[in-house]
Amino acid sequence: MAAWLVIVPLGFAALAFATRSERVRPWLLPVAGVVQLGLVGLELAGFDAGLGRPWLGLDPIGRLISAYLAVLFFLCSVYAPAYLAQRAERPNRVFCAVMLVFFAMMNLIAGVQHLGLLWVAVEATTLASGPLLYFNRNPRSIEATWKYLLIGSVGIALALLGTFFVAYAALAGGSSTSLLLPDMVATARQLSLPWLHSGFVLALVGYGTKMGLAPMHTWKPDAYGEAPGLVGALLAGGLTSCAFTAILRFFQICAAAGEAPFARSLLLFLGLASMVVAGAFMVRQGDYKRMLAYSSVEHMGILALGVAIGGAAVFGALLHLLNNGFSKGVLFLSAGNIHRAFGSKRTGDVSGAARLLPASGALFLAGFFAITGTPPFGTFVSEFTILTAMLQAGRYWIAGAFLSLLLLVFVGMGSTVLAVVQGDPPERAQATPYRDRWLSVAPIAALLALVLALGLWIPAPVSELLRAAAASLEPGR
Amino acid sequence: MGELLDLVLVGVLLLNFALLGTSRLSAAIKFAGIQGVLLGVALFVSHEQPGFRLILLAVASAALKGGVIPAILLRAMRNVSIRREIEPFVGFTTSLLLGALATGLSLVFARSLPLMAQHAGVLTVPASLATVLTGFLVLTTRRKAITQVVGYLVLENGIFVFGLTLVEAIPFLVEIGVLLDLFVAVFVMGIIMDHIHREFSSLSTEHLTSLRE
Repeated sequence: MAAWLVIVPLGFAALAFATRSERVRPWLLPVAGVVQLGLVGLELAGFDAGLGRPWLGLDPIGRLISAYLAVLFFLCSVYAPAYLAQRAERPNRVFCAVMLVFFAMMNLIAGVQHLGLLWVAVEATTLASGPLLYFNRNPRSIEATWKYLLIGSVGIALALLGTFFVAYAALAGGSSTSLLLPDMVATARQLSLPWLHSGFVLALVGYGTKMGLAPMHTWKPDAYGEAPGLVGALLAGGLTSCAFTAILRFFQICAAAGEAPFARSLLLFLGLASMVVAGAFMVRQGDYKRMLAYSSVEHMGILALGVAIGGAAVFGALLHLLNNGFSKGVLFLSAGNIHRAFGSKRTGDVSGAARLLPASGALFLAGFFAITGTPPFGTFVSEFTILTAMLQAGRYWIAGAFLSLLLLVFVGMGSTVLAVVQGDPPERAQATPYRDRWLSVAPIAALLALVLALGLWIPAPVSELLRAAAASLEPGR
Repeated sequence: MGELLDLVLVGVLLLNFALLGTSRLSAAIKFAGIQGVLLGVALFVSHEQPGFRLILLAVASAALKGGVIPAILLRAMRNVSIRREIEPFVGFTTSLLLGALATGLSLVFARSLPLMAQHAGVLTVPASLATVLTGFLVLTTRRKAITQVVGYLVLENGIFVFGLTLVEAIPFLVEIGVLLDLFVAVFVMGIIMDHIHREFSSLSTEHLTSLRE
């Protein structure tokens, strides 16, 4: 089934590229979104065509990520036609086609079982998202795209070297290597440890660049700041989660080789560093889209921390992946609406969003509460799970740092968000024609409802998916 | 076979130095291209009896790295009429010295690695590490967008050299996928360079500094 989750969006991409009408083409995105939801539904019901084995196949982690991606993409794709109608002055042919290719490659990351092909898929997402970032075609977006492509490609090149090192670890350990994940995990005990260690470090740095862990996050504020809100939502929700999945693959091999403590100590360091950097740059941040980028750095740090702590925190981290992705969807899409209406993303020029855009302003504020882990949102549950696991493991200093950084981010982010939402709109903004419409608000509300639902009650199938995925990251438990 | 391979790899290492020492962009692009062709040769001579698959891969990578990609970059260079890398962050003499240091360290470091018997006597792993480090050096010390792409290519070349030890382990499809990604990457970067030039009338990344805290 993993193959179809990739082939079908690619087919839609070709269709979008062949469609001539600028007004009809954006509607292919939600159609592709619905079809993908159907495919994922079939997959979860146990239907499997078996195409592409053993290279492609959905293990518990792949199943979780591909289901999550389908939901996120569907809601973003419903938002897309309204957004592209607003930007009718720009041709959207490349944008729509490339977005579907990008989505297909994210699904390939989720469904691939071969470390080499995994690399090809991650690099392909970098290249496919370049044109998406460059949609606005101004000097600032050129700069952001250039940095993104160069830093991303160089980072990923290191991940390729890391993949080669892990392959060499198998050869040097005396076993043959196929770079297939199940084989690697099964024969992990024979791997040559120096090569495995250096391979994991390179893969972590490489895919960590893509995920935006500090100190490899430098492209992120520029890219998220200049990208359209729709693209920001897919990058911050989808792509970073996929890069995290790639890291989890290498973690699985390390853990099977009995080297989990080594991998965990590195993840712990990068996780804490990301939270510190994000907290430092989020205070007094004058650009609300860059603020969201630093929030993404922070939450990638939380994911890394969750896996680093182990035990129940792994479940918490995977739950947090869903919560973070949906909350980022809320924030980026509503920030995009606010950007449209005010024509600026500087907090100095934007105030009174709640007056000018009652729905988007309220959703932006609610998104802030959702991402900072305020009850009853799902992020509260996942962050609380990670915190409890830290305390149970006796890691009191880490728990203390975790809590104080969360608080710092809450205060820092809160002042920027409130400056945007409260007060009276400046006169210049009242002249722009953009006002909330049903289709540009409903998908955001649906994303918010998902984060809220995950906080109140996790349905049994979802918790089963999470539990199975977490178990595959905890060998011998 | 090991001697022939070593000879080719020495060529790869010498090209690293040639690249670090030149200020002419066209020369830098050509050096990276020749290095790409040498990699194809290295792939060919690294096996006693190269099969069809290996020959195809060697030809494809030599054609891409030695022909198509340099052509894209030379075209981009002509379009923007830039000839030289002026005032890099680190001077050419200094970068040559740093390159020599990196190569020496790679040779020493590779000895301490637990290499398999058939890779311990040849230059494959040290040449790979030295080339990766050279790529990094070019990437971080040069200002022109084109030279940065050349640095990225050299970095990829270094990784490719390490891949010589793994030809049996990495499936053909993945190798082709890696090459395809590289091609698309340079192609997309070429387009963006074109836009950088149109927007700023220059290809210097110094102009790309409006986004900061």
